[in-house]
Amino acid sequence: MIELDGVGVTYHGSLHPALSGVDLRVEEGELCLVVGRTGSGKSTLLRTINGLVPHFTGGTLHGRVVVDGRDTANHPPRELADVVGVVGQDPRAGFVTDVVEEELAYGMESLGLAPEVMRRRVEETLDLLGLADLRARPLDTLSGGERQRVAIGSVLTTHPRVLVLDEPTSALDPPAAEEVLATLHRLVHDLGITVVLAEHRLERVVPFADRIVHLPGGGAAIEVGSPAEVMATSPIAPPIVELGRLAGWSPLPLTIRDARRRAAGLRRDLAELPPPTRAVLPVTDAAPVVHTARLAVSYGRTVALRGVDVSIAAGEVVAVMGRNGAGKSTLLRAWTGLLAPDHGVVTVAGHDPARLSPAELVRLVALVPQEPADLLYAETVAAECDAADHDAGLAAGSCAALLEGLVPDLDHDRHPRDLSEGQRLALVLAIQLVSDPPVVLLDEPTRGLDYTAKRRLVTLLRRLAAEGRAVVLATHDVELVAAVATRTVVLADGEVVVDGPTSEVVVGSPAFAPQIAKVVAPLPWLTVDEVSASLEVAS
Amino acid sequence: MTRRPPPPPRALHPGAWWLWALGLATAASRTTNPWLLLLVLAVAGHVVTSRRSDAPWARSFVVFLKLGLVVIAIRVVAQTLFGTATPGTVLVDLPEVALPSWAAGVRLGGPITDTALAAALVDGLRLATMLACIGAANALANPKRLLATVPAALYEVGVAVVVSLSFAPSMVASVQRIRAARRLRGRPDRGLRSIVTVAMPVLEDALERSLALAAAMDSRGYGRRATVPLRTRRLTTTLTLLGLGGTLVGLYGLLDGTGPAALGLPMLLLGLMVAAASLRVAGAGVTRTRYRPDPWAGPEWLTAAAGVSAGLGTIVTSVSAPGTLDPAPWPLLAVPLPAAATVGILLALLPAWLTPPPALVTAARRQPRRDPRWLVRRAGEPTATSASHSPEVAA
Repeated sequence: MIELDGVGVTYHGSLHPALSGVDLRVEEGELCLVVGRTGSGKSTLLRTINGLVPHFTGGTLHGRVVVDGRDTANHPPRELADVVGVVGQDPRAGFVTDVVEEELAYGMESLGLAPEVMRRRVEETLDLLGLADLRARPLDTLSGGERQRVAIGSVLTTHPRVLVLDEPTSALDPPAAEEVLATLHRLVHDLGITVVLAEHRLERVVPFADRIVHLPGGGAAIEVGSPAEVMATSPIAPPIVELGRLAGWSPLPLTIRDARRRAAGLRRDLAELPPPTRAVLPVTDAAPVVHTARLAVSYGRTVALRGVDVSIAAGEVVAVMGRNGAGKSTLLRAWTGLLAPDHGVVTVAGHDPARLSPAELVRLVALVPQEPADLLYAETVAAECDAADHDAGLAAGSCAALLEGLVPDLDHDRHPRDLSEGQRLALVLAIQLVSDPPVVLLDEPTRGLDYTAKRRLVTLLRRLAAEGRAVVLATHDVELVAAVATRTVVLADGEVVVDGPTSEVVVGSPAFAPQIAKVVAPLPWLTVDEVSASLEVAS
Repeated sequence: MTRRPPPPPRALHPGAWWLWALGLATAASRTTNPWLLLLVLAVAGHVVTSRRSDAPWARSFVVFLKLGLVVIAIRVVAQTLFGTATPGTVLVDLPEVALPSWAAGVRLGGPITDTALAAALVDGLRLATMLACIGAANALANPKRLLATVPAALYEVGVAVVVSLSFAPSMVASVQRIRAARRLRGRPDRGLRSIVTVAMPVLEDALERSLALAAAMDSRGYGRRATVPLRTRRLTTTLTLLGLGGTLVGLYGLLDGTGPAALGLPMLLLGLMVAAASLRVAGAGVTRTRYRPDPWAGPEWLTAAAGVSAGLGTIVTSVSAPGTLDPAPWPLLAVPLPAAATVGILLALLPAWLTPPPALVTAARRQPRRDPRWLVRRAGEPTATSASHSPEVAA
């Protein structure tokens, strides 16, 4: 179905090829997962499949890409629209119309299909993806999972043979991600559509993959093989695979079910060991650093938060979870004084954040927003650091030194937009931490981070907490929560549903339990590190 | 005899509402008879209240009414301050400012007579009524559906407008996001300087978004078209220009009412025909089709005819009883009510009863809340996760 022969891509003005020497054949009806670290060329590989590279992006393409018998060299993306459907990272950015039904029809209108055919296919697609109830809904009122499904539906109506998706579940909460993956599974199995997808959240997608393409990046040859083969040696692997490697299981388990069946012995061993020591809630009489009581916030007629009571002490790492739109970001914004509450009390280090001037605020709270790039304006990393020193009234070089501690060897002359997601996150953190605030808030910090970058983030967050800061993460990433959070708060419809120690909260929830917890349940181990630490102590 | 059931709710073709509203606006533009103008206002208002949907644009009628009030106020103030002296009972005698000789002919202040005031009021009312007609069309017709009905040849212009319409809100959102980010960096988030420095990131954001959109549109087949020979393209351009010119001249003749009759309706029809021909020729090169185009059925014909009747009524009156369209507006009770124009305008009320009611969006939008799924264990879920510390809440 898809043939890549010696494909290499070099963008204009770049010395190193983004991709080189890729030979790959994807058979019909296969679900092919592309994995690799940030910057290894995953998106470039996906974009060669429908000719966006090089027709749209520019650059030079070496080798040949043939999809369903059409060579992308002489077929621009629009001429491949009936063969390849592409869903980008942010579905919102790709919507052309404003109502679900019309969005589904858009591609067919461009292809000039007969009205009766269009009508029939729209109805079929609405049923296939479970969108029938949403047909008249404006696109901007959809939830994340619904939006992703509409984006998939909108390319499916042209009956493509190949579906290409770039990080379809990265921005989604666990249930919405499940929804999308179930849809993809069905397309592959019922309709025989070939799916190629790239994803960082391996724990979500590996069980669905037929084949994995690993892009090591840096010019090394790609690895292609069955999930078990590739995962055996891949430097990036979901927790369940790492557990399998630790326990020496072969073949490696890829699903919770496999792992659970293999883990009987492990569970027996662990049951005799003392449970892992997690940082416990500090029981102090000291006033909490962040204090919220009966907080209510609304946007127009939509209530975002109601009656929220959350207090956070110094040294805690608190995870705020909940589906998209549950009020997580609103809570963080209230704590930074970006919005005024309708009711209730918010204090941060004893002050009402809404009344603080921006200069006073940075000394108390650091917030890393969902789009870290929003905080960056300068042309180079060095200029950005200087500006931060200036804003905080510190000696020049403080921020640069801090950044050096987070990411050593970062070229400070680079443009912030050219950094990888992980490096950009570190830069924003350095800028925000330079004025030494006692409260650090991170909104969805692991979006777009690979496992290596995530591990570094975990270490950093632990360090921040150990320094006596209150750290709050609003996130969907259950593995990150399991690794660092001492306490987890679950929001639903703007209310606090659960507030308790992470181990208790996530272990009980089917959606929030990390993979390891599902494998060793009912034992309270949450991460591979905890398991290996316990085993080491025992032996 | 059994009553027919009411027609099922549906949105009327936006073109029908625009024809209706333009017909009413034509009627208003050709008369200064206050009774006729008030009648047009009442008719437009009634149809809007009975046939508008609950969509955001449906609330725009009131905005246009308010705008009309402003127009009347400006007109009256301008008349009282700068208007030329007209005979009649003096209501107020403002002190007149002596202007230098080069400004001869311009009057500032002076006596205000009842006729002058009435004429200004009526003139303002005429403009306000025309605005209200446009407002009615805006409130009744979905602007995006209207753009979707543009002929295939103009399709790309239509897409550009739709895309820019949806860009505006996202632009506002990104300005807010980036200004919030400034506050987080400890910089002032108010004042002119903050807006200037925000401009760059916002533009970058917009550029990135448009690139993403362009890539998505390209991948979805935007711009696939048959090859068009050069001669056809030239023909299209010529025809389009001629058609548009003819339409403009025709519209002017129709609305002015003082020009030669041949300049009005005939020229308009000719212009429209040429324009239609040009679009047809151009459309031959476009391979795209329309999904569920709005139907043009009985109610659409009726609505369009109702609007045309209002315009025709005043045209008939202008021939049969020309004086009644521009009577002396004072005293009000002495103003005649010409029959043809009145009947024509009253016919424009028919769509309020004879068209299907609009489909309401709120009904579709109000969804039952999703249950908090991650807290409710589903059947078939591995029991492995059921630990003792279940944070389940009663769903």
